[in-house]
Formats: sequence, structure tokens, C-alpha cells
Amino acid sequence: MNSRWERLVLVRYGELALKGKNRPFFERELKRRVKDVVVARGPAGTAIRETHGRLYLELPAGTTRQEAVNLAGGLQKVFGIVGAGPAVRTPLDEGEVMQAALEVVREHLALDFPGRSGESGTKGGAGGDVQGGTEGAHARPLKPVTFKVRAHRTEKRFPLDSLELNRRIGAHLLERIPGLAVDVHRPELVLSIEVRKEGIYLYSLDLPGPGGLPTGTGGRVALLLSGGIDSPVAGWMMMKRGLRLSAIHFHSYPFTSERSREKVEDLCRVLAQWGGSVDLHIVSFTEVQKEIRLKAPEELTITLMRRMMLRISERIALAAGIPALVTGESLGQVASQTLESLVAIQEAASVPVLRPLIGLDKTEITAIARRIGTFEISNRPYEDCCTIFVPRHPRTRPTVEEAHAAETVLEFEGLLDEAVRSAERVEFKA
Amino acid sequence: MPPTLGPGSKRESPLPDVYLDNAATTRPHPAVIETVAETMERVYGNPSSPHGKGNEAARILKAARERVSALIDASPGEICFTSGGTESINTALKGVAHAYRNRGNHLVSTRIEHPATLRTLDQLAEDGFEITLLEVDGEGFIDPARLQESIRPTTILVSIVVANNEVGTVQPLGEIRQVLEKARHERARYERARHPGPARISAGSAGGRGSVAPPLLHLDAVQAAGKIPLRVRELGADLVSLSAHKINGPKGTGALYIREGIRIRPMMAGGGQEEGLRSGTENVPAAAGFGKAAELAAEWLPGAAGRLESCRARLVGRILAEIPGAILNGPSAGRVTLSGGAAPHIANLSLPGVPGEVMVRTLSEQGIFISTGSACSTRKPDPSHVLQAMGCSGERIKGALRFSFSPLTTMEEIDLAVDALAAAAAELRLLTGTPTLSKRGASS
Repeated sequence: MNSRWERLVLVRYGELALKGKNRPFFERELKRRVKDVVVARGPAGTAIRETHGRLYLELPAGTTRQEAVNLAGGLQKVFGIVGAGPAVRTPLDEGEVMQAALEVVREHLALDFPGRSGESGTKGGAGGDVQGGTEGAHARPLKPVTFKVRAHRTEKRFPLDSLELNRRIGAHLLERIPGLAVDVHRPELVLSIEVRKEGIYLYSLDLPGPGGLPTGTGGRVALLLSGGIDSPVAGWMMMKRGLRLSAIHFHSYPFTSERSREKVEDLCRVLAQWGGSVDLHIVSFTEVQKEIRLKAPEELTITLMRRMMLRISERIALAAGIPALVTGESLGQVASQTLESLVAIQEAASVPVLRPLIGLDKTEITAIARRIGTFEISNRPYEDCCTIFVPRHPRTRPTVEEAHAAETVLEFEGLLDEAVRSAERVEFKA
Repeated sequence: MPPTLGPGSKRESPLPDVYLDNAATTRPHPAVIETVAETMERVYGNPSSPHGKGNEAARILKAARERVSALIDASPGEICFTSGGTESINTALKGVAHAYRNRGNHLVSTRIEHPATLRTLDQLAEDGFEITLLEVDGEGFIDPARLQESIRPTTILVSIVVANNEVGTVQPLGEIRQVLEKARHERARYERARHPGPARISAGSAGGRGSVAPPLLHLDAVQAAGKIPLRVRELGADLVSLSAHKINGPKGTGALYIREGIRIRPMMAGGGQEEGLRSGTENVPAAAGFGKAAELAAEWLPGAAGRLESCRARLVGRILAEIPGAILNGPSAGRVTLSGGAAPHIANLSLPGVPGEVMVRTLSEQGIFISTGSACSTRKPDPSHVLQAMGCSGERIKGALRFSFSPLTTMEEIDLAVDALAAAAAELRLLTGTPTLSKRGASS
């Protein structure tokens, strides 16, 4: 449906407002990401304007509400955004804002509350109100849609203050649209009205964004990405804090299959949708694992493998100027993730190892994985290199000294060099 | 003509290219490729068209049908082209079940059929048919006496895989035929007793359309064709499923032999091609390629069976002798007779302690291509239903490997494969086997 008013997408970003002097920098990075999404999904000719601590995406004339909703949906994966939704802008005129309020609420009801209001059956024309009301009264087995108007006036030249706007527009809507009821405490629909210098904005739908900080505002980290449920979530949480992501995957072909690699590549594709791009380093770990398997005590296999992984990852990270590693470890999930085990593993690396999931339960991690779209991929059944060569009785409380002692018989330096040298790099873009 | 790949097959990669997964699919013979390409380029008419282009295509199709029928000693009119083994099997089972529904609702098959059969039977069970699956012994053979016991007055179809695709067991087809003939006579007598009057039903192959008494016999010969001699009349088969790509032909084409007089309900409704049994414009180039492959297979068959047998004997003998712990799954050697035997082109062995998948990937890196159980079970890591039915242990199933040959396989390739397998087994066992090298053992 075309509107006679200007259509926009209103983008809110909350946390950024707190960032003092850094704010222009954060806003620039956010705008960069928003622009990518607009180019990819928005109508041609969309302009991005920044004002009042918000972004307004001004859509070309003729854009429908659905197109605006689609564009807002695309912004739900942009870190830094708290919410985005379709809006219209009217001139500073009471008659205009009254009519626009009717249109916004009608469109919203038709799409999101079909059957709940008399409007859904009629074509929303101004002349059809009364008849629509009677029809709605008959065909209304359901509860009315509860709503409230939330007006806000910063442009004081406009004669009506926010209370008066709330009252008049609320009454106007109640009178013209059947199947509505006011509820100021827990409304199902909130019509927001903002009176500003350049016009009056009206919107009722706000699609929640992921929050966090815009990608690219915090440097880059290297994630040890296994293919399991945890590590992609850990990577996502770091991206949410504005970091860019490199991923490092260890495979043990022929002990692991090509399918495990495909799985990790698919995970990177999903992560790239959030973080703009992810670059993946694929490391062959087979020779290192063989060395450990053949020469080290079986019960220390996992500790030693992980120490080797950290060493290789650190080298790859430092060579790329990346100052920290990230893992999906959380305390006590499996025997190798006891505090003692984490300490014994960490000691092999000199760069910090960040563990954003450290305090989460499996159920909490799984819930995030489902939400961000990695769960189904992680759940595919192929083995990764941590599930083969699993000792029957791993040490749950290994010590650094034990690890050092075991490593004295391993000839691993050459193997680590070769693993780093032969790593493949693949880049995934959103 | 000796089976050679001829010019153009020269290998350029430094790795060997030893393809021992011919039960999954075969490399199309150059003559087949040529036939398909030529037909596709020149004979593009629709065989149903009454003009010159159509007639030309119809002639090609007829020639292909003759060649395929010759491979199994059938009449050309009894060959229906399909999209492959799976469609042939589906058509045979569902087609007979629905056409003969008024004669009974019971079907008999075995536990070691291809999924194309087992899943089709599952569907028929959902439609109300009753299914009996015969058990097999440790080598994968059914017991003809059990087959006889399983047959009821309501049995309409017995479906048997001639050569199992995973272990190569060839069933005792002569005895199966006898059981079926006896059952038909009894059935005919029983029905005459219930409906006295003019003989409506006659037993055996005599008589015209609609005159064949159940139970009918369907043979899944997808693996057997071209490897062991199959004469449909000698086997007493009413339906036989064939696939082109298992005999160096193109993928996506196959055939169903339907004996004169057998009714089936077609799976594909439409323009009435293939005598109304399989509507849809015929895949003329693929059928021509299938014809060529069938012609070559028939030509090779007398010599190939022996050569395949020696390949198998060499591979099995060397592996059992050289790799400690190796076990043969399925029948040992021996000529295939009407009492059964081992398909000459399939050998299934287990190396317990080495996961089959890992070995397949290890050899793949060295240019040697084999299989775990069955490539047809796609990516599912389910344990082989065939080895389970044979009573194999979990460890044996996990370590199972299938080697399968084609008439193009050479003895040098067999030796290359066994050498690589022995070396890989020794190394992999160090890594995945029982850890004997751990210095502290189970000290924790």
C-alpha cells in the first residue's frame, strides 16, 4: 500500500549513546554496516540520515510498508542496533498526523493481528469506517487489540503537547477503528509519535536488534572453531562486542571427514551474516595428533592436544596481528574443562585466551546457538578432531608440570611449523 | 574383444587411479560415452513422433531394447526402460502389489535387500500389505526351506536380490525357482478347488496375458547383471530389475524385465510410452548407451567372470594372509551355480580396530577408491543392515570395507590396493587400536 507520507525505517542504537568522545567513531562503523544492508536489501535510492542519536533510512516514494519491514528485518543482525522498524513522517500539522496515525495502525493490524480487528476484513478506506465497524462487531469472536499512544514533543512550536496528542489521537483511533481498546499498562500495540523540527514521526512496529557494539569497533580476535555447539556461540558473543572474527579450525583428515570441514564452513557463513565477514584458517592437525597418540600418556591426550592447538593458533594469530584467542570453553562441562585443566592448557599460550561462555550452562549456550542460527549446523553428526583419539580415562585435573614432562618426549616444533605453514585460508562474506 | 579402456584413458596424475568401488558405480566405457554423445547429438527426435526424426529415434530405442534383452535372454518386448535400478524395483514391487491386490496381500523378501526394496516394502506395509523378510545365515544366504514355509495362500510376490550389493552373496536361484513353482501349482489347485468351472488360471509360463498365477518372482539383478550369467527363463523370473551404470553404462537409466503375461500397475501415468508401463518421453541417448554397455557386458561375460573371480581370490587371499585380524564377510569363493555362491566382483572384509570410513579416506588420499558398506546408504552413518542380518559384531561392522571390481580391473590394481591397505592398516591400528603404547597404561 502506498502512503501519501514519507516512509522511513527508524533505526535505534542504545548503548552507543554512552560512549562519549568515541561516539562519532562508533556511529561511523554502525552506518557502514547499515549501508551494506541497505545496499543488499533496501530499495534503490534509500538515503541514510543520522540525527537525534538515531538513523533514519529515508525510502524512495512508492515504497510499501512490507518493503520497509523487510529492510528493518535485515538490520536485526547488525550489532549495535537495538531496534528497527517502519515509520512515516508527516508535516507539522494536526490533521496530517491524525490521518497518518489511522493509516499506521490499520496497516499494522492488517499484518500482525489478522482477524483481531474489524479492519482486517475491509480495505481500510476512509469511507468504510462505519460499515467496517459493524462488520467487525459481528465477526469479532476475539478480544480487542489493546493499544496506547505514546507521543513525545521536542518541537515546541507544534501547538499540542504530548498529553494532548495522546488523548486526541487515542480518541481518534478508538472512534475510527473497531476492535481496539486502550491499555496503558500492557498494550499489544504502541503507536509512537515524535514531534520534531523536520516533521512528525509515527511508528508502531519495532523489530529488536541484537544490541552490542558495531562490528569493527573493537579490533580482531581468533576463535578456535570446532564444529560443536559452543565455539560458534563464543565467536558470536565476541562479535557482539564489536570485534571482527578470524576462525581457526583443526581437522584430522583422514580421521575426520570432508563433511566436518563443510560443517565448519557453513558455521562461518552464518557467523559472517552477523559480523560482516569471517576469515577461516583450516589447519591439518593429524601429524600432531599422531605424535601425541604414539608418545604421550593416554590420559593426558586431551590436555596435550589442546596445548598444541593453542600454540598453533597463537602463531597464526600473531602473524595476522591478532592479539587474543577465543574458545568456547565453559567450566566443568566436560572433564577437560575443569579449572585445573583450563589452567594447564592456558599455560601453553602467551596471548590471552578469552572464554565468553565460561559461566554459561549447556542449555543457555544451546538457546543462543538456536537463536543465532548455528545450532542445526553444529548438530550434524560428523566427528571433529576432538572426538577421535579420546582416551578412556582422561585426567580431569592435569597439572602444568605433568604436561611439561609429557611434552619433553614429543618432537613437536617441526610439526607445529608445518601445521601453520600448510594452513589454508578461506574468507566468508555476509 | 578384451575389455580395455583404449586410447584416451591415459592417466596423467602422479597418483594411481585405482577404482575398486564398482558396486557403487562404474566408469562408463568409452564406447558407451561415444554412443550416448552421438545419439544425443544426431538422434534428437521423439520416438513417438511419426516423422523421420521420430522413426530414427524409435529405431535406436528398439536396437537398445534388443541388446538389453539379450543380456538376460529375454524378448525385447519384455524390457521396459526406467530411470534406473531404484525405479525398476519400485515399479516391480508396487506395480505387482497393486495389480494383484485381488489375489492376495502378502509379499516375501529378505533382510539383506537393497534399501530400494526394503523402503518400498515399508511403503507397501503402510498401505496394508503384509511383508515377510527372510533371515540369512552368516554368509548371507537364505534358506529355501524357510522361503517355502513363508509362502501363504495370499502371497503375491517374492522379491530376492540375486547378488547382494554389500557382501556379494548370490542366492540359490535354482532352489528358489523350485519353491516358487511348487507354490504356484498349489495355489492354482487351491483356487480351482474354490472356484470350480472353466480353468481361469493356469500355472507356469504357458498362457496369454493375465494368466500367470501368483506368487510371482522378482529378482533384483542390479549387481548381478553382466557379472554372472542370467537367463530369465532358466531362473523362472517374472520380473528382473537392471541398472545401466553398474555395467559401465550411463547413470539415470535402467530396465525392468516384465515377463509376457504379467500385469503391473504403472508408476508413471501419462503418454503411454513403453507399452503404457512407463510414461514419459524415452531417454533415447541413455537407453542407447545402456544398450551398448549391455552388448559389451554380454560379450565380456564368458571371460570376465573368471577374471573377476581371480581378482577376488587374489585380493581376499592376500588380505587374509597379510593383515592380522582380517575377516571375510560373506561367502568364501567358489563358482556361482544355481545353488548360489559369491559374486565374483564383490569382496567385503573387516579390519577390526580400524574404522572403515577412516580407511576409505586414507586410501583415497593415495588414489585408491574403495567403500565402507554400501555407497547407496549416502551419508548416513548407520551400521550396515546387511552385516547386522548376518550376525556380525559391531566392531566387525565398523571395520567393514567393500572392494568391488569391473571387467576393466587389473591384477596390478589389486596388488596396489592390497599393498596400500596393509601399510595403512598397520599405521592406523597404532593410532586407533587398543592403545598398547601408552607408557602408563591405565594408571589413572
